[in-house]
Amino acid sequence: MLLVIEHKFFPFKKKREQMCMAVNLETEILFMLLPINNVQQFLNLSKHVLYCSVCFMIMDFLLSHYSRENLENIPALANNPIRRQIIGAFFDKRNQHQNEVGSFEEIGFEQFLMVMSHFRPPTLKTTEEERETMRKEKLRFLFNMHDTDNDGTITLEEYRKAVEELLSKSGAIGQEAAKAIADAAMLEVASTNVPHMAPDDFYEGITFEHFEQILKGLEMESRMHIRFLDVDTTTMHCGRSTS
Amino acid sequence: PWLLVLLILLCWSVTDTKRVNETWGNPARATQDDPHHQTNSTGHKKAFPVLSFHYEEVKKPLEISLWILLALLMKLGFHIIPRVSNVVPESCLLIFVGLLVGGIIKAIGGEAPGLDAKLFFYYLLPPIILDAGYFLPIRPFTENLGTILVFAVVGTLWNAFFIGGMMYGVLDLLSCLLFGSIISAVDPVAVLAVFEEIHINELLHILVFGESLLNDAVTVVLYHLFKEFAHAGTVTVADAFLGVVCFFVVSLGGIMVGAIYGILGAFTSRFTAHTRVIEPLFVFLYSYMAYLSAEVFHLSGIMSLIACGVVMRPYVEANISHKSYTTIKYFLKMWSSVSETLIFIFLGVSTVAGPHAWNWTFVIVTVILCLVSRVLGVIGLTYIINKFRIVKLTKKDQFIVAYGGLRGAIAFSLGFLLTDSDMKNLFLTAIITVIFFTVFVQGMTIRPLVELLAVKKKKESKGSINEEIHTQFLDHLLTGIEDICGHYGHHHWKDKLNRFNKAYVKRWLIRGERSTEPQLISFYNKMEMKQAMMLVESGSAAKLPTIVSSVSMQNIQTKGPARRRAIPSISKSREEEIRKILRANLQKTRQRLRSYSRHDLLIDPFEDVSEVRFRKQRVEMERRMSHYLTVPAKSQETPPVRKVCFESEHQIYTYDDSESPRGSAQASRPHPSSPDAVSLLDESPQRPSQRGALRTRGDAEVRAKAPDDKEEQDQLKLSRCLSDPGPKKDEEEDGSFLS
Repeated sequence: MLLVIEHKFFPFKKKREQMCMAVNLETEILFMLLPINNVQQFLNLSKHVLYCSVCFMIMDFLLSHYSRENLENIPALANNPIRRQIIGAFFDKRNQHQNEVGSFEEIGFEQFLMVMSHFRPPTLKTTEEERETMRKEKLRFLFNMHDTDNDGTITLEEYRKAVEELLSKSGAIGQEAAKAIADAAMLEVASTNVPHMAPDDFYEGITFEHFEQILKGLEMESRMHIRFLDVDTTTMHCGRSTS
Repeated sequence: PWLLVLLILLCWSVTDTKRVNETWGNPARATQDDPHHQTNSTGHKKAFPVLSFHYEEVKKPLEISLWILLALLMKLGFHIIPRVSNVVPESCLLIFVGLLVGGIIKAIGGEAPGLDAKLFFYYLLPPIILDAGYFLPIRPFTENLGTILVFAVVGTLWNAFFIGGMMYGVLDLLSCLLFGSIISAVDPVAVLAVFEEIHINELLHILVFGESLLNDAVTVVLYHLFKEFAHAGTVTVADAFLGVVCFFVVSLGGIMVGAIYGILGAFTSRFTAHTRVIEPLFVFLYSYMAYLSAEVFHLSGIMSLIACGVVMRPYVEANISHKSYTTIKYFLKMWSSVSETLIFIFLGVSTVAGPHAWNWTFVIVTVILCLVSRVLGVIGLTYIINKFRIVKLTKKDQFIVAYGGLRGAIAFSLGFLLTDSDMKNLFLTAIITVIFFTVFVQGMTIRPLVELLAVKKKKESKGSINEEIHTQFLDHLLTGIEDICGHYGHHHWKDKLNRFNKAYVKRWLIRGERSTEPQLISFYNKMEMKQAMMLVESGSAAKLPTIVSSVSMQNIQTKGPARRRAIPSISKSREEEIRKILRANLQKTRQRLRSYSRHDLLIDPFEDVSEVRFRKQRVEMERRMSHYLTVPAKSQETPPVRKVCFESEHQIYTYDDSESPRGSAQASRPHPSSPDAVSLLDESPQRPSQRGALRTRGDAEVRAKAPDDKEEQDQLKLSRCLSDPGPKKDEEEDGSFLS
């Protein structure tokens, strides 16, 4: 299992180089540039080669797995109000695109990368359909973060929890307002998607289609991305192949 | 006809000025004492003048007022003629009017006032820039800041040197470079005037507009640099190096000056709780001081003004009252509108007035070079920029950016400030030609081109709380991912800045509790405020453009055990109270208390027309208010509408336990009211049909059932609050709260 990035824009080399970089999840980034022959060695080690737009890998990470505590101990995350949900997303089986549900106890590098692959940016060469797919994928990721019980809809309770988490660093003011805000948001979703509801009807929850509809103005495919260093993202693509 | 009278009056007043002290327009004109006053002083004591004519005393203010009035009447006139204003942008029409006025004045024989540079830079330009800076959309601006800076700095430099270099044959190098530096800057006034009307998407708008704002620093430096050296004759490497240093000083210094004044303004606004009336003045004065202070040191005044507005705004808005905010908004829009109009008119007048040195080759070459250099610059820079951008700029975008590089009055004024007279006329002529070309040709054709190329237009999005929630959510998510990877990227630093802002700056600059209010809640409050305002206005028969939606709180709340149709148990005394209120306030309609209660219903199949209208409005109000969720009121000031009307309604409508205490006028109702509320809104099957019927905009239709008493009470409460008597012809459809 290996992450390979083709880095076209590497300044001092004339031809395309393959380089690997490494990350230590617990502390900080280590960067290691490996010349091509070493990469070949890695390739021989495992059966799966995962190309991904995120290019982090650690030498011993290949062998080890990470649990929730490892992620929770990252100091920089302490200030993040939705940290639990972010960590949850890494351990969520739904984000692995293998039609499973539930959550992992530990994740390996492969799962980590799969989650990270949701944050690829589109390029000039991305076609419209690919953009659509990308957008759906990213929205699905967000949806999964909210839909904690995996029933396919975000109910009012779940949405409330989400907003509460978002405002969790804001003290008492946040908590009081969270419910009102979540209610208003839910109402908005309902009224945009199902405008004519009889008073007896009950809006079960936000389905994925409604979710897409309500957020289509945000252009998720361009917003939800991480830019890593100044690696030329045009050459990165995500896929799976065996080698 | 009145326009003509006004024109004549104006011209007469202008010609009159020749005979007396001339203070308006070209300061170089000779002045002489007016001979009129002398004549009366000799001789005998005259009779006391009952009515006399003292025009000279009020001449100056009168002239100014007449000019402004003319400008505004012109603007008004254009909008009355819709056909013209759809084809021709306003700026063209105004220049044309200026030409006319100038022509008339010249024909009469007077000397038309030119666009005095001091007037322009100190009085006409700041309002426009302040308006732009204060309302600058921060998010797209900061997201595209790199691109904007590249276009502004590198693009302008390229333009200046290209034009200057290419014209080398005509004049000596330094003069050419000077000319190049004057003509190369994209003008914010012209860009605003034209782009405002074509409504292109946010990205392009902010790119061109941001560029026009930020290139001021480059322009200032280049202009002063070459002006100095045009006299000296040579440029050494040391001078060039000093020029670069100067650029950094000018831009960063300008920004710093602006930021300082911005913080001062924000800090001052913290204490204005008791003197609300002067709050807007602080904003204006601090900003103007920022501009002037920057101009004192020849720093970039425009950047200073922008920085001041941007820094000041979030804190000031948290501190000032809603009325002050509206005042600031409208005054800024008003002033900038007047300034813009005056600038274009004066441009027209100066064209007629100013001495011209027409040189065919010079002018034609200038125009062509401007176009060519702009196109080349944009294409080249975009190629480089796209390597670093995530959202790449397509060819269409590049075309619009290139085509939107309009020149305007700043170039003219800079040319005007030159002191070398023969060059000056030559330059001025060329500048005016370029301005005319860009404003007329490019300004007029950009709209059809935008249509033709199907450039994305600005999406009309009202504030959506879902989008806001998810924008924040995304921010935190991406910051979190970056933290997990240990990558200190864009989001990480933004998050750090936000936390610093929240922890320290806000505490100093924002008064009271609002300093700790998270952004989502501020957004939500703002939306509520807007909705309250809209509701108040709609009470006075304004039309609300909203989507029809019958969704209300009951549709999304889990009713739990109350999901089935509950038997309401409204207390008799309450019902009596309601009836009393109804009787007291409804006009000339038969009282009907509709409730699906165990008590008898008084069903009356025949309705009044007024009753129907009333009911329509009631239902709309009910729907709106059922969407209306209030955050518990804090110590901040809120419009009385909110406190009195809606909170009490909200009491009834919440299905949850009212754990948050609300200081409402009514006593908080005990829990048994919840099933009441449920039942009151639970409707018989007729309700949907009623709503369906309501949706057809028609005249009164006979309805079988009236809405229940709750809505009547709502309506009453609302009408009391709005002090609006009785039913109105309110035939609009209602809308949901936020869509």
